Amino acid sequence: MTTLPTSQSLPDLHEKKKPLWSRYVHGHHWRSQTEEFDGLKLGFWLFLTTEVLLFAGIFCAYCLFRAMYPGAWAEGSGSLNWQWGALNTIVLLLSSYTMAAAIYCFQTDQQKRGRMNLLITIISGAAFVAIKLVFEYYPKWTMGKRPGSLFDYPFATDPHVPLWWSVYYCGTALHALHVIIGMILIARVYVKSLKGQYGPTYYTGVEVAGLYWHLVDLIWIFLFPLLYLIH
Amino acid sequence: MSLDAQDPTPHTHAHGHGHHHGSYLTPKGGVGTVIWDWMTTIDHKKIGVMYLFAVLFMFFLGGAAALAVRTELFYPVRTETTMVAKISETGAPVLDESGKPVMVANTKVTGQFLANLTGNGDAQSIAEGNKIYNRIFTLHGAIMVFMVIVPSIPASLGNFLLPLMIGAKDVAFPRLNLLSWYIYVFGSVFAVASIFGGGVDTGWTFYTPYSTTTDAGHWRVVFMVLSAFILGFSSILTGMNFVVTVHKLRAPGMGWFDMPLFVWGIYSTAIIQVLATPVIGITLLLLTMERLFRIGIFDPALGGDPVLYQHFFWFYSHPVVYVMILPGMAIINETVAVHSRKRIFGYRAIAFASLGIAAVSFLVWGHHMFTSMSELASTVFSALTFLVAIPTAVKVFNWIATLYKGSITFNTPMVYTLIFLFLFTIGGLTGLPLGTLATDVHLHDSYFVVAHFHYVMMGGTIMALMAGMHHWWPKMFGKMYNEAGGITGALLVFVGFNITFFTQFFLGSQGMPRRYASYPTVDNDFQILHQTSTIGSFVILVGFLVHLLVFVHSLIAGKKAPANPWGGLTLEWQADSPPDEHNFTHEPIVTHGPYDYDDVVPPHWDPKDWPMPPPLPGAPARTTMAHAPSKPEI
Repeated sequence: MTTLPTSQSLPDLHEKKKPLWSRYVHGHHWRSQTEEFDGLKLGFWLFLTTEVLLFAGIFCAYCLFRAMYPGAWAEGSGSLNWQWGALNTIVLLLSSYTMAAAIYCFQTDQQKRGRMNLLITIISGAAFVAIKLVFEYYPKWTMGKRPGSLFDYPFATDPHVPLWWSVYYCGTALHALHVIIGMILIARVYVKSLKGQYGPTYYTGVEVAGLYWHLVDLIWIFLFPLLYLIH
Repeated sequence: MSLDAQDPTPHTHAHGHGHHHGSYLTPKGGVGTVIWDWMTTIDHKKIGVMYLFAVLFMFFLGGAAALAVRTELFYPVRTETTMVAKISETGAPVLDESGKPVMVANTKVTGQFLANLTGNGDAQSIAEGNKIYNRIFTLHGAIMVFMVIVPSIPASLGNFLLPLMIGAKDVAFPRLNLLSWYIYVFGSVFAVASIFGGGVDTGWTFYTPYSTTTDAGHWRVVFMVLSAFILGFSSILTGMNFVVTVHKLRAPGMGWFDMPLFVWGIYSTAIIQVLATPVIGITLLLLTMERLFRIGIFDPALGGDPVLYQHFFWFYSHPVVYVMILPGMAIINETVAVHSRKRIFGYRAIAFASLGIAAVSFLVWGHHMFTSMSELASTVFSALTFLVAIPTAVKVFNWIATLYKGSITFNTPMVYTLIFLFLFTIGGLTGLPLGTLATDVHLHDSYFVVAHFHYVMMGGTIMALMAGMHHWWPKMFGKMYNEAGGITGALLVFVGFNITFFTQFFLGSQGMPRRYASYPTVDNDFQILHQTSTIGSFVILVGFLVHLLVFVHSLIAGKKAPANPWGGLTLEWQADSPPDEHNFTHEPIVTHGPYDYDDVVPPHWDPKDWPMPPPLPGAPARTTMAHAPSKPEI
């Protein structure tokens, strides 16, 4: 992760006009800024590992119950609208692109563009959650397709379909919660970038938020085929 | 009461520096300033001290619950029925036609301690008493596992010592460290709230379907489960912090194999914390969903599987027992070497064994569930369980080999180290009949299991914590403690522990089930064994009260501690006692290995001679462990 040279040279002004990112001082317990950056990334990758393990429980439950009740699984995933899922997938993939673009922008000191990319990422996240709530959760819930003992859909054929819905809701709701957390992280980065916090020599916050967002995207990439596509 | 060290004597500052702002304990102003300073500190030393006191407080709380459990078991619960004269409302005896008093049966429940304590003695109900008993042992387990043992050594001594030992100014993420602390407090509040709400009787393992159906409509169970969930985050963040610290913040010249073995132990623990704890997170989350909304994944009526919960639960909870013991072993690595003034035997073997234990610990969770699985699965898990005993045994042999021909000082840390070796070995060996299927059929869910895990958790981790506290107390607080008091406490704890728990092996093999509030007394030794065990538990209490007195006395009136009272060679002994706020006043350079005893420290070394005298004439100068010339150990 090398920093890229700025295209514009800094104007010859006194200290306080220099942007915040160029005046960044690393934590005093680190020996250099590079060391701090590498350490933060290592720490964050460890955190991402814990997130993967968190979702592993859901995936494990999915695999186990799919093996036990293939009929319920076929019926359950058949009643999902794969078009909404595909749309959400595209939305998230696009948002991952804009997130990566935002990092590149801050690395090349394109503040306005970087902020725009961050904003698009947040909006895409909101769109994801909105599509899920409005076009998937709400119609399904009102139809009676609810988890476990709350299930009330009269036209279900397989007796274990409520269990499928439990796995569906737990998995997608936990994921949606992480999308919202990701949006909050990126919003925080956006607010800080308004003050010029990030630039070619310091963009750790953007990088870390980007890593989180890519993980959120990756988890959806696994959830989508398992829930929507496999029969 | 003054906790800060006075200006250290000049000879401890041979490195030379100008400023003396006291230590990390020096108050920075008035009471308000000091409180705010401690509440917002990102100094790993202060955070470690706060964790230490919190953990010790929780230990006494959990211990009180244990004493309540043991007291309940002193007498078996019995219903006595006697015939007494029937009394009418006026107080006169009721007479029948022939003038004789009418006799009615009068039942009295005897032997219940807890029911009487909570005012239910009048209710004369055994079921009521059992419920209270169930809540008390759940309390004991939940507090001890989640709030005491898991954070105990890593969060307290680990936080304090890890940066010092590798020559760093702080952990990698100091603010995250403070967040870990506050999450621990927040999670503990949930548990305390649950306790005040009446407590939970599911056992600390929260097995379904009982935990999902009992106490319906009440928030107590959910709060306790949420408490464990929140505490998990504290554990994860601490683990992340330590892994990055060890990877990135070692002093120049300190390679991986120049680190003290304490660091290797804490590092292995941190790896497990990061990988295993999220699994309990999702497990408890799903448990809460099951309880609140009955989503069905653990409910057979809806197609779910209650055994799935057990698999999920133990997939975390087995590795977590290694989170409990590895830091204890990490401490023993240090104390056994320093107090036998000898290089630790088999450095690399111990380092790799620590990692090996961490790795294999993820493969053996099924041995907690032999009765819930197929024979094939049980056989596989049994075989893997034998595998994990191997690196553990390697360590025990290496510690013993370190003691051999060492110059042993029988001070409190060494006494506790020897206690650890004795008790942990018994604990480990008694794990084998539990891991062997044929014997486990008989011993499963009996007091044998209870005795086994108390030997490894208390006889292991807690004794190691005591060893570590006595070893590093002078460093942490700048005060020495009363040595005779420390030894007295140690011996009382040791004797009390064996009386309490060795008898429980017999109870278990004779068939006494665990988690039972009472027991039969015909044709067995249950009563005398239970009574012996209870007496032992009060001896343990006296021992720990002695320690409490010794430590409080040390803080108030203890002798000022030198920088290196024991002659340790690891970097923390180069810092002041107690250390300066910034740990080291200049970047420490590693000039010798952490256990270079036979070549560097002359015999009859005096603590007043720190920094170390120059190498003896003829001894080669050495930069790191890696370049040490090989030398026959024995």
